[in-house]
Amino acid sequence: MTTLLIKGGRVVDPASGVDGVANVLVRDGKIVSVGDKSPKASEIYDARGLVVCPGLIDMHVHLREPGKEEEETIASGSAAAIAGGFTSVAAMPNTEPACDSEAQVEFTILQGRRAGLANVYPIGAVSKGRKGEELAEIGQMFRGGAVAFSDDGTPIWNAALMRLALEYSAMFDRCVIQHSEDPNLFGCGCMHEGKVSMELGLEGIPAAAEESMIARDVILAKVTGGHLHAAHISTRGSAAQVRAGKAAGVQVTAEVTPHHFTLTDDRVRSYDPVYKMNPPLREGPDVQAMIEGLRDGTIDVIASDHAPHATEEKELEFNEAPFGVIGLETTLGLVMTFLVEPGHIPLSKAIECMTANPARILRLAKGTLAPGAGADVTIFDPKKTWTVEAGTFKSRSRNCPFEGWKLRGRPEAVVVGGRLLACR
Amino acid sequence: MPRTRATTAASKPAASISPAWSSRHLLGLQELSADEIRLLLRQATAYREFAASNARKSALLKGRLVVTMFVEPSTRTKVSFNLAARRLGADTLDFAAGSSSLSKGETLVDTALNIEAMAIDILVVRHPSSGAPELLTRQVKSAVVNAGDGAHEHPTQGLLDADTIIQHKGRVEGLRVAVVGDILHSRVARSNVWALTKLGAEVWVCGPSTLIPDELRDFGVKISYDFDALLPSLDVVNMLRIQHERIKGPPMFPSIREYARLFGLNAARMKTAKKDILVMHPGPLNRGVEITPDVADGPRSVILDQVTNGLAVRMAVLHRAAGYAPFAPEGKA
Repeated sequence: MTTLLIKGGRVVDPASGVDGVANVLVRDGKIVSVGDKSPKASEIYDARGLVVCPGLIDMHVHLREPGKEEEETIASGSAAAIAGGFTSVAAMPNTEPACDSEAQVEFTILQGRRAGLANVYPIGAVSKGRKGEELAEIGQMFRGGAVAFSDDGTPIWNAALMRLALEYSAMFDRCVIQHSEDPNLFGCGCMHEGKVSMELGLEGIPAAAEESMIARDVILAKVTGGHLHAAHISTRGSAAQVRAGKAAGVQVTAEVTPHHFTLTDDRVRSYDPVYKMNPPLREGPDVQAMIEGLRDGTIDVIASDHAPHATEEKELEFNEAPFGVIGLETTLGLVMTFLVEPGHIPLSKAIECMTANPARILRLAKGTLAPGAGADVTIFDPKKTWTVEAGTFKSRSRNCPFEGWKLRGRPEAVVVGGRLLACR
Repeated sequence: MPRTRATTAASKPAASISPAWSSRHLLGLQELSADEIRLLLRQATAYREFAASNARKSALLKGRLVVTMFVEPSTRTKVSFNLAARRLGADTLDFAAGSSSLSKGETLVDTALNIEAMAIDILVVRHPSSGAPELLTRQVKSAVVNAGDGAHEHPTQGLLDADTIIQHKGRVEGLRVAVVGDILHSRVARSNVWALTKLGAEVWVCGPSTLIPDELRDFGVKISYDFDALLPSLDVVNMLRIQHERIKGPPMFPSIREYARLFGLNAARMKTAKKDILVMHPGPLNRGVEITPDVADGPRSVILDQVTNGLAVRMAVLHRAAGYAPFAPEGKA
């Protein structure tokens, strides 16, 4: 019988309202107790000066397997998750082929188990082949272990299909994660439409492409009673749509990525595709709206939208390069440095957005250190300063827009299912 | 292919890299100061007599290699750069994109590194992607001159347009200048806006609302959708063609016929214009759409002067790219 005592850390568990120095006892893969007692244990982790919280969950990652294993695999992505302090990730289905069947959902789970690092949860495709034409076998994928459904990478643009998806997935109490984007308004855009795109002569993606889709989907969620989760929202208007939906009692939740609360479209002036992502980097007031959305609860989740791409693919002309940046290994540092440190949101709120909230949205029995819960724990140093060097990342890709940044807050160790793993 | 920089690509250093210039690269006019634009225009004036005839040649760039890499069709600009380089005594090489490795899937940067391994001094680039010349500056050691990138900038066109205005009007400051047509997709419009606003003109853009970015107002540019109301007050009108090749969604105006009625420059409209208005066009012309043949070939047209001045302007730009200090004919710098 193995026991682990995580001793003397600041335990922050928003789900059970705990925030204070305590010892966490883990036995047989479960949390036994959180308190001031110092029971005997076979292994002791000295967490003095560190934060001890429920294992972080990144509910939006792209692991590229199958199809683009040179960019990431489920194993390398899991290693990147651990290095970033995440004990669980939810993998988007835009692989090649798309994850749109029970067999593929089970393949993702199996590969995650083989890697033996983070918990890997598959998100199934909403439509067959992610083509946006007809529903994939959502019930079968649910049985196989899919935690949510999404065509992420592309929107479910057909309103009739979106309505069906919300209705049908509600039958299994699973949410539909929408990549909110009107494809016609999106056009051939490659950056945010505004002053900077005008100056640079790059085709713009208007904020309305995102906002109009969210507005439509909030209405559809209302009429169907389904659960809409708006992935990676990025504009003032999107936050307003989600806020209004919540106020009207619609089952709508939303997430934001670290790059959308730290960077603006000014970065694109370098024409460096490391700043090319979808949704694109927006304007200063949008960044402020993301922070405000986290503060007032409009935005429930912080997720990385970890999107690995090979260097040779990213080193192209800006309009030719693919969208996306990696994020698993920088998210915690960015959250601590740009949200918690300046006092925009309290530490407990930040942790809630990466633990209890994504667990609730994905219907996972995780995100808490309550006695009896599975022992997934993240231990991080909230004061430790470090410099981002993508060359040292566990991810197979290097498309990180934060290279050279000094961040405060670094993961030290995680516990996954009772097993202690060092982050480095 | 590994991304290694060929050590053999040792460009000959310039006699001195003049501190008068902010850079050897010319990527756009937005980042240049008004003073540097004026300096380039004075440099162009100094080269005007070289440009005017084949008889006079400079030996300034003797032994230097200027490569023109045009990854998009061009007539005027490519010929003009080649000629400008030769009148400065440089060797020139035309890298034809269609027949090159770019059509075999090689990336732009790899292609440029390979060309540079052959020891070139100045790379003149036209590319359909905005920012491609800037991408090259991060990878190659030679000076990069932008000959038009996507909808971003066409700096030598902006300079030669300003030069032509100065040639005929003696100044840019205080003039009311309008750029008319497809502003949204036009690199010529952007380079004109940056140069002319910096030089003190009152700059207007005019065209269908769907082809005019509102954000231009933030840069002191005035917007009009009514060509008839605007035209009588103009000192200079620069007519642009519709960039059909850059319009990918639904057509952005209903018909060519309606466009020509609302925004075409024709004899009837010319009657309302000032007697000394300058009519400009960067080419290629779509006769009968944005401009009628009688106006394009008429007495107020300076379209061919623009082409001639382009040569002197490009000599000045190559002079700068080679790193030489500016010189001026009347001893002014």
